[in-house]
Parts: sequence; C-alpha cells; structure tokens
Amino acid sequence: MGGETTGRGRLDVADMRRRVGAHARERVIELLLTACGVVSIVTTVAILGVLVFETASFFAEVSLAEFLLDTRWTPLFVDKHFGIWPLVAGTVLTSAIAIGVALPFGLLAAIYLSEFATPRARSLLKPALEVLAGVPTIVYGYFALVVLTPLLQRFIPDLAGFNALSPGIIMGIMIMPMICSLSEDAIFAVPESMREGAYALGAGKLQTVFRVVLPTAFSGIAASVILAISRAVGETMIVAIAAGQQPNLTANPRESVETMTTYMVQIGLGDTPTGTIEYKTLFVVGASLFVMTFAINLLSQRLSRRFREGR
Amino acid sequence: MMVPDLAEGRRPYRATQPAAAEVNAKLSVQNLDAWYGATHVVKKVSMAIPARQITAVIGPSGCGKSTFVRCLNRMHECIPGARMDGRVLLDGVDIYAGDIDPVLVRRRVGMVFQKPNPFPMMSIRDNVLAGLTLTGVRPRGGEADALVERALRGAALWDEVKDSLGKRGVSLSGGQQQRLCIARALAVEPEVLLMDEPCSALDPIATTRIEDLMHSLRETYTIVIVTHNMQQAARVSQKTAFFYTGDLIEFSDTDTIFTSPRNKRTEDYITGKFG
Amino acid sequence: MAGLDPGQAKPPSRALERAFAGLCLAAALLPLLLLFVLLADVVYDGLSRLDWAFLTSYPSRRPERAGVLAGLVGSFYLVGLTALIALPLGVGAAVYLEEYGGRGRLAQIIEVNISNLAGVPSIIYGLLGLELFARTLAMGRSLLAGALMMALLVMPIVILSTREALRTVPLGMREAGLALGATRWQVTRRIVLPMSLPGILTGAILAIARAIGEAAPLIVLGALTYVDFLPDGLRSAFTVLPIQIFNWIGRPQAGFKLNAAAGIVLLLLMLLLFNGLAIYLRNYFQRRTR
Repeated sequence: MGGETTGRGRLDVADMRRRVGAHARERVIELLLTACGVVSIVTTVAILGVLVFETASFFAEVSLAEFLLDTRWTPLFVDKHFGIWPLVAGTVLTSAIAIGVALPFGLLAAIYLSEFATPRARSLLKPALEVLAGVPTIVYGYFALVVLTPLLQRFIPDLAGFNALSPGIIMGIMIMPMICSLSEDAIFAVPESMREGAYALGAGKLQTVFRVVLPTAFSGIAASVILAISRAVGETMIVAIAAGQQPNLTANPRESVETMTTYMVQIGLGDTPTGTIEYKTLFVVGASLFVMTFAINLLSQRLSRRFREGR
Repeated sequence: MMVPDLAEGRRPYRATQPAAAEVNAKLSVQNLDAWYGATHVVKKVSMAIPARQITAVIGPSGCGKSTFVRCLNRMHECIPGARMDGRVLLDGVDIYAGDIDPVLVRRRVGMVFQKPNPFPMMSIRDNVLAGLTLTGVRPRGGEADALVERALRGAALWDEVKDSLGKRGVSLSGGQQQRLCIARALAVEPEVLLMDEPCSALDPIATTRIEDLMHSLRETYTIVIVTHNMQQAARVSQKTAFFYTGDLIEFSDTDTIFTSPRNKRTEDYITGKFG
Repeated sequence: MAGLDPGQAKPPSRALERAFAGLCLAAALLPLLLLFVLLADVVYDGLSRLDWAFLTSYPSRRPERAGVLAGLVGSFYLVGLTALIALPLGVGAAVYLEEYGGRGRLAQIIEVNISNLAGVPSIIYGLLGLELFARTLAMGRSLLAGALMMALLVMPIVILSTREALRTVPLGMREAGLALGATRWQVTRRIVLPMSLPGILTGAILAIARAIGEAAPLIVLGALTYVDFLPDGLRSAFTVLPIQIFNWIGRPQAGFKLNAAAGIVLLLLMLLLFNGLAIYLRNYFQRRTR
C-alpha cells in the first residue's frame, strides 16, 4: 500500500486541499500542450506577416495598377513588366485541364463505388485510388515531361515540348482520387430512404442516380471539386517540370505557359539577393496564390456546410 | 474535456458546522443545481446521505439522477459545457470550495459506471492496482499482492480469478468485469462508493451477485446507487430518493417510499403508471 | 422528384444500366491502369541505372558518373529532424484539443487555424521558411531551417490523424481513470496515449512520408541543387532526393533522364518502406492488444 493512502483517519480538511506541487505540475503540462496548439496560430500569423510585409514593400516600388493592368510579366528582364495576368492565365489553364480530366473520372468512379461496387471491389479500389494521390508530385512531373508529352506529340504535331496540356492531364489524374473520395462521401450521405422512394415510383437505377442521388449530393460534390481546384492551383512540381517557364497570356493548351507556382520555383532556383525587386516578386506572387487558394477553400467549406445542413 | 475551475464553485474554504439533522450524514447536499449547457438537469436538490447505508436514486430516464451522483465526486464538471451550483459537504467539508482539489475528492468518493470499463491493456491485477499506478504510486510487491487480494475479496471476485491474475481484465465475463471495476474502486480505499446503474448491462445472475456484494460492502462504505429498476432499489437500499425532471420529489426510508409514498408522482412511478 | 412522375417515366433499361456501370468502373480503373503503366516504365528505366556506384556517388556533370548520395542522405536527415520536431508538437496540440481544450475559445481558434493551414499550398511554406527561418532567424538555407519548415508543413496532418486516434479511446476509459482520482494528465499519459499509440504512430509515419516527396517548398527555401558533400550539422547546406531528381529531369541529355528514373525508383522505395512500416506497426499493436 503506498504512503498516499495509508494511515488515514477521519477526513480532515488538509486531505482534499490542492497540493501545490502536484497542481503546479498539472498546470505546467497543460500550458506546454496549449503552446503546441498555439504553434498553429503562430504559423498562420507568420505566413500572413511574411506575405503582407514583402507584398507591401513590392507595391512601394510597383503600382497596383501596373500589377493588375499590364499584360506582361518580365521581372527578370531589363525591360521589366509586372502584370500578374500571364501567370494567372497559366495557372488557370493548367488547373482547368486538370479538372476537365479529374471531374468526369472522379465523379464516375465515385458513382461506381457508392452505387454499383460490391463490398469486395470497394475494399480493393479505394486504397488503390489512394495510392494515386500518394505518389510524389515530382514523379508525376517526370511522367508528364518524359512520357506523356512525347506521346501526345505524335497526335498533336504542333504541341510544344513544354505545354499546358500534358501536365494538366497528369495533374488531373493526381487529383482525381480527391474528387472521387469526397464525392463518394457526399453520395453516401444521401439517405437510403430517398433512393427507395424513387424505386417505389418505378424509377430504374440510372434515373434514381441522375434525378435523385446526384441532385441531392450536388453541393457536396461541388465542394469536393472546388477543393480539388484549390489543390490544382497550388500544385507546383508537375507544372514546373512540364509546362515551361514562359509567362504567356494564352488559352492555348499546346503552348508553353508559366504558372504562379512555377515562377516561384524559378526564383527559388536562382540565387536572388534579398531586398531586390525580383526577390519581392516571389512574395507578391505567393500572396496572390495564397489569396486565390484561400478564397477557393472558403467557398468549398461554405458549400460543404450547406450540404451537411441541407441534408 | 478540461477540468474547469468552476467560477460558481469557487468559494474560500470555511469549516461548516454540521446542522443537527445532518450529524449522521456522510454527504450533505445543499441547494444543488446542475446544467448541461443551457439545460437545467438538477434543480435545487438538498438531501443528507447517511453513512454506511445504501441510498438508491430512482426516477425515469432523463430525470437527472445520473447527473446528481456525478456531482457528488465532481465528475460532472469533466463534461464540456457542464456547470453546477450549490454545496456538497463530505463529512462537513464542502468539496466545491475553492481550495479543494477535485482529484483528491475522487479518491474518497469512488465511482462504478453503467458499462463495465476495465482498462483493456491491463491485466486483472494491474486493473485493481490502476488507482495507484495511474497516480504514480508504485506499491512494493508484497504490499501490492495483499492489496490486490483484499480488493478482489472485497468485490467477491477473488475466488474466481486468483489463479489468473495475469489475464486481461477484458477477458472476463460482463458481471466479472463489473466486479473487477468495483475492486479497482475499492483498492483506492474510498469512503463513499457511487454506482451509476451498475447492473444495467448485466444478466440477472450477475446482477444478483452484485446486489449481494453491495450488502456486504455496506458495512464499510457509504453507497449511492442510481437505478432504473425499482425492484433493485427496494431490494438493496435503506433510503430511496425519487427524482423527476430534475427535482427531488421524495426522499425517505425505502420501506416508506415503496409502501406509503407521500407524493402522488412517486406513487404513480413505483406503481408503474409511467417511467 | 417531379421528374419521376410515373406517367412520363420510361421503363428502366437493363442494358443501358449495365453500360453505365461499366463506364463508371472504367473511370475508376483507367487512371489506375495508366499509373501502373507509367510506374512500370519508370521502374524499367530506373533499374537499369541503379547500382552501388549510383547510391554512393555525388552529382557530376557526366550523367553516367553522377549519383544520389547527397540527396539520399539529405532526405534521411531532413525527414528524421522533421519528425523530431513535428511529432511532439503535433501530438501535443492534438492532446490539447481533444483532452484539454473542450469548447474553449482558444481551442476553437486553433481548430480553425489548423483546417486553414491544411489547405495552404506547400510552396507557400517555402516563403515562410525563406523569410522567417533562413533570413530573420539567420539560419540560412540550412538543414535546420528546412526541417523546421517541413515540420510546420506536416503538423496539420499529424494533428488531424492524432486526433482521430485519440477519439478511438472510449470516453468511459477517461472517466474510469478520473474517477479513480487520477489527474487529467495521468489519465492522458497512462491510459489514453497508450491505447491510441498504434493509431498515432501510423498516422504520424504517413504524415512524415509526405515530407519525403516534397520538393517545392525546399526549392523556394533555397536548398541547393548541386551538392557534393554530406551535411555535417544542423547548420549545413543540403539537398534532398526530390530536388536531385528535379535537377536531372531538367537536363537535356538522355543520360540524366535515366538518372532521374533511378532516383524516382529510390524515392518510391523509401515511400514504400515508410508505408510498410506503418502497416507493420499497426498490425503489431493490433496483435498485442488482442
């Protein structure tokens, strides 16, 4: 019997009083754990601080009007232009191609998993699809540049060596599992009673899927697609390897484009001295990327909340 | 999951002179209110729980009886959003006074839960000793053996498990698991034992064994048992409290409650008109 | 459900339904098939280049003499350091949120922060690493700066998976411990953490495995692409395997593409190793607790 519990007579006051040492120990541990949690707040504040600080110093030299109205992005040339649109166009183009691939594949796969697959097929397919999302992006970049682009060039003769199409397609394959698994969750959440209601009215499986299940799960599916867009916009290595490094205000997927992320990699690879305007462009592009993804994520959160509440 | 310092409960400690009526009371509850968020689940309850007797708390589900006993060892406040007001005196000491450590209160007022909950990663022996090892006390071999035997005998489980103390606690049957949990509570040497529907997950035979055990425990411990089973209350307890929608409707000797209840609702409940 | 008016509904066609199910299955299988072909291709190319000299050589201007030693060692150091920093912080934060935070205001703010951080593109963390660790805290483009940055990057994932593991411990276990007179920390350390350890470890390893494949934030941080030495301390410059691969992919000569393929095979092997370890640990603990 330990000393703590032996030799106790009737309850006396001191018995249940806080013991200073033990209490202090608990408080210290709680404080340490709280500090671990606070690290996430500090991280957010630091990211915002870094972006705001360097962006502000960028706009001290370049006007907001030039940033938003110029159509050329040439900060590394002698004749410097700071129009963000070519980079935005590159990002939007590659992301759009990626979604164009990922959405049909992801959604149809989700319908298969939730409406048609046997439990056994499900248990094999789901982890296999997760592998797709777990392959490092540098590996996908290699596939896009070394395998897919030469292959596509056989069918599309005027496809440039660096182009938006090939990395876009590969990126689509990478984010397809994300759309698939989130959409499947949304489809799965459609109450069985709604399906049964449709069957009771004599509807077949197809009609039930297209007229009842998909419309009901729509905002959940939309949330998953939007989250996938955010992922594509922020994706770096695939486009940095295979899309090229020429800021190009174009919607032509056969041409070489530079995305916002690729530009950041380009600056990161060069030995850009701090304090120069080139160094600051790194942060202003980063801030633009941050704002874009944050807005997209927010929209996705909204939609998925509406989906959960409307269910 | 935090253990908050209840602002309402923080009062400077002061010794309270027990009132004449409470001289024999082990636990004296005064104007106890309890809430979950905005829901008022226990309303201005006052009662004196006598030492070394079994007090049964009965009432329809949702009447606040579980919350009430959880206030008696400060477990109520472990639930986020839970709040209480009022006083609970243990041998005349307010366990909600500002300088009282809830952790130490719980070593004097043990608790057994509805669902048997032995620690799955521990052997039977380690489960019994858990109250000590968790708090950093390492009893020496001989002492530990004696304590394990004493607690298991106290919980009427010794003869069944004495040859398999190294087996996992969760390998026992439901009734045995519940007695193991009682042994685990006894090993801390509490003075009060709170039992929150301890037999609701057990079969009739296991229930009988627990009820028999309660009779023998009564000699040493003050017991408060929450039960939804009126026959059980009648069988085991000396005092019975009837709760309804958070109010303490009636509290008196068990015989009185079951033969001549004073309140109409008590009578309706024990005669099975609702519940 | 107006569209389901029985009067206008066509009789459901079994053939059409079959065809649609087949289309859906194809949509699930085609990307997998493509990945399989691509992986087979890269493994075929890579294995032809993979030998002992490749593993033990520094980069070179001539593809056939170049090796991955610096990247391989750098990746191991970086991932190890990242784990050392991210695990205690992530598990601590998860324990705070699950076991201590409750519905408090601070806990809510932290939760919103974590879910937002999880959506920040990894390259943005590179900016944080560059400005905060490399410049302001004067760590330079060192292993330490890289590991701190990567730790912040994987922390939201560690926290998320740890919280899930903690949630698998039934509330009754905590109550049983508290009712025995144990403090919140004693219950956490001696009951909740041991019970959720397999889940925590599995999740943590998978989170760390993500760090192995990351290149973008490290490039922005300024990790070197041509390194012919091994890191000799926390302040040392470094490179990692993905950056080495990136460097080789960017070279025009075919020989370097082959090197990249071999590097990719190594990278995938490392990932396989980590995932295998996670699965092994989970099974090991499951056996032990049964």
